[in-house]
Amino acid sequence: MPVDVSAEVIANTPLSGHYNVLALAAPAIAAAAAPGQFVMVKASRGHDPLLRRPFSVFEVLRDRRGLPLGISLLNKRVGPSTSRVYSAKAGETIACLGPLGRPFTVVEPPADAWMVAGGVGLAPFAALAEALRAREVRTTLFYGARRSEELFYLDFFRNLGVALEITTEDGSAGEQGRIVRPLERRLAARDPDDEVMVYACGPEGMLAATARAARTYDRPCEVSVERIMGCGMGGCYSCVVPMRTRSGGVHHVRSCLAGPVLRGDDISWE
Amino acid sequence: MDFSVHIGSLTLKNPLIAASGCFGYGVEYADTIDLSTLGGVAVKGLFLSEREGHAAPRIVETPAGMLNAIGLQGIGVRRFVDEHMPELRARRATVIVNVCGTTIDEYVEVSRILSDTEGVGAIELNISCPNIKEGGIQFGCSLTGTFDVVNAVRHVTTLPLFPKLTPNVTDVASFARAAEDAGADAVSLVNTFLAMVIDVETRRPSISNVVGGLSGPAIRPIAVRMVHECRQAVKIPIIGMGGIAEARDALEFIIAGASAVQVGTANFVDPFIWAKLLDGMTDYMRRHGLSSIGDLVGTLDAAAREAGSHA
Repeated sequence: MPVDVSAEVIANTPLSGHYNVLALAAPAIAAAAAPGQFVMVKASRGHDPLLRRPFSVFEVLRDRRGLPLGISLLNKRVGPSTSRVYSAKAGETIACLGPLGRPFTVVEPPADAWMVAGGVGLAPFAALAEALRAREVRTTLFYGARRSEELFYLDFFRNLGVALEITTEDGSAGEQGRIVRPLERRLAARDPDDEVMVYACGPEGMLAATARAARTYDRPCEVSVERIMGCGMGGCYSCVVPMRTRSGGVHHVRSCLAGPVLRGDDISWE
Repeated sequence: MDFSVHIGSLTLKNPLIAASGCFGYGVEYADTIDLSTLGGVAVKGLFLSEREGHAAPRIVETPAGMLNAIGLQGIGVRRFVDEHMPELRARRATVIVNVCGTTIDEYVEVSRILSDTEGVGAIELNISCPNIKEGGIQFGCSLTGTFDVVNAVRHVTTLPLFPKLTPNVTDVASFARAAEDAGADAVSLVNTFLAMVIDVETRRPSISNVVGGLSGPAIRPIAVRMVHECRQAVKIPIIGMGGIAEARDALEFIIAGASAVQVGTANFVDPFIWAKLLDGMTDYMRRHGLSSIGDLVGTLDAAAREAGSHA
């Protein structure tokens, strides 16, 4: 059951000229949120822009005693709403509805967890990494970005004990190229008897390639999709994803209710 | 304070109805809000069979509004009756089913099934979806088509019946009259305005269907004008809608002549809007010494303005 809170901005940490992490005071959402779930954020007060925008819960923030205090959002400035989230000031309030959607399946040891992130697709993985590491799941983050300046939170993941595989498109950090290449190599090298769960979030092409690679090596794969969303509640039918049907056809599901986390195998990738 | 509204044999406990296409099948919101506190829940349009709708992207934002072309994705009337009516009954929702058809026979068949279903409160005939060629708009854009489809369904149901009218015609009031002549218990208006958004960088339309329906606060003044015109043309109740986001917006429609209102796009922004709207309306009625919302319907004081407006 989602709640709508007028969340105070605790801190706004710029990561670059386009990326920031917004920390919001929202104990009720933080207490209920599971990794992979999202919130609908109203960045403006008036009718322009009108609609809320979906954000993955990046981190669950806790106080010193470990009690849930709020959530953070990883934001990339691309349009009017994300620009407002980028420039929000501490002390302002932002309407935040959630938590919403179906979360990731958090595996248990002896399964290994491989998280595959492209760009702002890092967004659901801080919370997921914490949940996995709390269960002592061996976790690797495959993280691809355009350039080294767009790789964020590396120390956060290292401190959690997450192994890193980095690629950049310009070769300024890690291996040059797309993140799916090292993923495929590791999938090919891995003993098929070991359990590995693949999680992915990022651009559509990366998700499709990751789902394909996981399928090739017969690994379960969950992807977090991003769609233009009207309501986040299942009311508008805007955010649909085409899913394969048994008869070879396509069935549209609402990513806000059936997702945002979906089985990579089930999606009809174009 | 009396907020009740009568439409044919149906009594709504208040004038606030969740608009079709903006509230799923109602069940999506059942754990978030108390559906029984709404005047009515108009569920997503239903054909006889399932439909997949259009490819994404299906919406794009516009100034103070949004454009949509969902394409009437839906589970079909029989699955709706089997899968969702039990919960809607259990939640004591006042259920208004939006009925679609590609032919008059389909409207009749869907309406017949609903008439035999316990707990259906009313039928809203969707003759106005702008986004699919075969989605009733051919009926909604023709006076004889509107008459014929309402008349045909009227003969198979005693449920309160109201067509949802399109604003994409020259004279909406004449369509309200055709509906009244055919035996409609009310009319609901307006559906969305056919519109278009282009991404100039790619020179592509912003949604997959190229054109879509405009909704949200941007359209409200046009919708209010259309309700005003229809109020003068028909005696049956009007259910007004188009961009309602605050109590005063709903009151505007009621003063223009709507007995009830529907809220769509604003529910996307705030699923808890219903109690806020009712609070705002209660406050207004108190300030204006009204005890019954019915006393406000169609109370537009046009005379004072008209004296000078055409000079």
